[in-house]
Amino acid sequence: METVLAPSPHLRSPDTIERVMYTVLIALVPGSLIGIYFFGLHAIRVMLISIVGCLVLEGFVLKLRGRDISPLKDGSAILTGLLLAMNLPSSTPGWMVIVGALVAILLGKHVYGGLGYNPFNPALVARVFLLISFPVAMTSWPEPKPFTFSLDTVTKATPLGEMKTNLLMTGSIGDIANIDLMAPFLGNFGGSLGEVSALALIAGGLFLLARKVITWHIPVTFIVTVFVMTGMFWVINPQKFASPVFHILTGGLMLGAFFMATDYVTSPVTNKGMIIFGVGCGAITVFIRLFGGYPEGVSFAILLMNSVTPIIDQYTKPRTFGYLREKKVVA
Amino acid sequence: MKSQFRGGVHPADSKDTDKEAVKTLPLLELYLVSLSQHIGSPAEPIVSAGDKVLKYQEIAKPTGFISASLHAPTSGTVKAVEPSPHPSGRLIPAIVIESDGEDREFDISTNSDPNLEKGPEVWNDMVKNAGIVGMGGAAFPTHVKLSPPDDKPIELMIANGIECEPYLTADHRLMLESPELVAVGLRLTMEMVGAKKAIIGVEANKPDAIETFRSFDLPPDVEVAELPVMYPQGAEKQLIYALLGKEVPKGGLPMDVGVVVQNVGTLAAICEAVTKGKPLVERIMTLGGSVPAGPGNYLARIGTPLSDIVKQTGGMKGPAARIVSGGPMMGQAMTSFESPVLKGTSGLLVFGPGEMKALNQRACVRCGACVRVCPVSLMPQTLGNMVEWNIFDELEQNHINDCIECGCCAYVCPSDRNMVQFIRQGKAEIITRGQKI
Ligand code: SF4
Ligand code: SF4
Repeated sequence: METVLAPSPHLRSPDTIERVMYTVLIALVPGSLIGIYFFGLHAIRVMLISIVGCLVLEGFVLKLRGRDISPLKDGSAILTGLLLAMNLPSSTPGWMVIVGALVAILLGKHVYGGLGYNPFNPALVARVFLLISFPVAMTSWPEPKPFTFSLDTVTKATPLGEMKTNLLMTGSIGDIANIDLMAPFLGNFGGSLGEVSALALIAGGLFLLARKVITWHIPVTFIVTVFVMTGMFWVINPQKFASPVFHILTGGLMLGAFFMATDYVTSPVTNKGMIIFGVGCGAITVFIRLFGGYPEGVSFAILLMNSVTPIIDQYTKPRTFGYLREKKVVA
Repeated sequence: MKSQFRGGVHPADSKDTDKEAVKTLPLLELYLVSLSQHIGSPAEPIVSAGDKVLKYQEIAKPTGFISASLHAPTSGTVKAVEPSPHPSGRLIPAIVIESDGEDREFDISTNSDPNLEKGPEVWNDMVKNAGIVGMGGAAFPTHVKLSPPDDKPIELMIANGIECEPYLTADHRLMLESPELVAVGLRLTMEMVGAKKAIIGVEANKPDAIETFRSFDLPPDVEVAELPVMYPQGAEKQLIYALLGKEVPKGGLPMDVGVVVQNVGTLAAICEAVTKGKPLVERIMTLGGSVPAGPGNYLARIGTPLSDIVKQTGGMKGPAARIVSGGPMMGQAMTSFESPVLKGTSGLLVFGPGEMKALNQRACVRCGACVRVCPVSLMPQTLGNMVEWNIFDELEQNHINDCIECGCCAYVCPSDRNMVQFIRQGKAEIITRGQKI
């Protein structure tokens, strides 16, 4: 028997990239199931195309780069595929999903050198690319209908979209402020197929927290910032601004805060940095939602914060043990 | 003021041998007393091939201030002074002693102070003459630590009974079986450094050891502190922080905050050196892991080939895939059992195939786990990446030299990055660069 001359430490925790990725995938199951429940076969179709697309492209790119294709098993491509799908309307045409997968794997990940080196969240790069390139398709949201497995769908605006339109047309957000908030909580509202149920996403997020795959710093600060800022505007003018509860339950906030902003590679490594990152994501989201051209700002906010992550890391380096701050001498 | 030191990890403590009383290994035929037993310059042999030696006789002298002498572990003949196996994997000169089987002793009574009358100055010389070094693993010459300069007054002596490395139980057994040696050693060192107070620090997974000390009639200035289990609490600076909430300033020593820390094994050796004049020629070590047939705690003479320990304890139950000298977190992996026991060898661990995580080192995914666990508050992932990408210029700015190589960062890394190896490589590069200029 060969003895191994491995460097210390000889004990290692059982954590692996695989464990992390598959735990996140498990945490996404409730959100995906709710998506399937409300958007039926189309949801399944988009998810399948996206996941298979990402996997095939990942394998292809690895081969092309002359790499071993073992990273296919690490779960990261599947996760990117699922997250991309969850960020798309269930009516997205198949070819468009494939374009998304291509952008995610190629432009989002491998041009930088693959997993670990990408500065931006690949699924979000793809989603924003599609949103800018195909604005109409990307903002036609099928109406949620439990257990409809028919393939024709009626489109419906998202609550955030409707709010923005009302605001532009009439100067007031209108009835939308009074909708029953149980709908977005449970998932019965228009939106991307994986973002509609705050309940399911929070459940998944709590699971990740319990498994210590993520820490509270990013999701909590992200959500609280959105809540507090939209709350302030709402108190000032409830005619023009929706309630903070409405804001945290609608749109892609829960999906973004728990699953996209917490992406290891593209978020800061220090706790302090994560807090700054979460607050930044929240503030940008609110500004886009309330004052920007798009009704929703979660994706843009996260991508913008991704771009400043290296700077945040640089400035939130912990104080090394023994490097005491100079104490001011009181005369 | 007690605090939790920052970071740290909780590996399963696997103290399977903590109920095994210390057994003495039989006298062997051959001992390899390595000249590099300690931090600092190696010892210089004062015997040569063919010389007859007695047990306890000095066989090598210290060279320079930070060094320690060596003594014969038994009586016999010096066979050679030649490059021999060493846990580091390199061949390092050792004094090879062939035992005559009689174990005749050199008269050590003249150099002792059984009634403790001679005073701290003399005791310090006795410690020096006994070749004592830190037995917790670092192997720093003890007399140096016990001679703080006059401008560093020492208030507190800490007896380190933490033994935070999983598997190791040698200090634990020593505290249970010979607590009086530790207590007397502590008393002596307190006087040597002029400390008014002392704390015996023990982790909560050794309640019987804590009980033992508490049941002693210790003077009121000696406190027994129970600390929660956390690796690497046994590291000096982390222990001081955990007990006092004080940070040893960068590049400094415990004496900079008025503290001296001594491992409990070292304290016992100090007691033996002063009261009986015994040089350090044996130590308790743990034989552990799943493979040895006779795991336990053994009193082994310094220089005992590890292969003999395995042989004398019933051999191995199966194939060895990983052989470690020391603990599983900071110990040195070896390819064979050829090397000998050193003064700092706290354990020999042998693991079978498939027991250790099969590492698949990949790029850092920036999960931040290493940053959270680093007890020194470094950014290990940055250091690892810099070394991997050959960016050596900023390593020092990122305080690489403050890394204590505890391995917490590598322990948690989901990308299985060999962080400690990267960091050692980085430190070595800094040294080579410094020499070029
Ligand atoms: S090995 Fe060094 S960098 Fe890693 S956790 Fe320990 S002190 Fe920090
Ligand atoms: S634990 Fe490993 S993967 Fe995570 S940040 Fe540190 S080096 Fe990178």
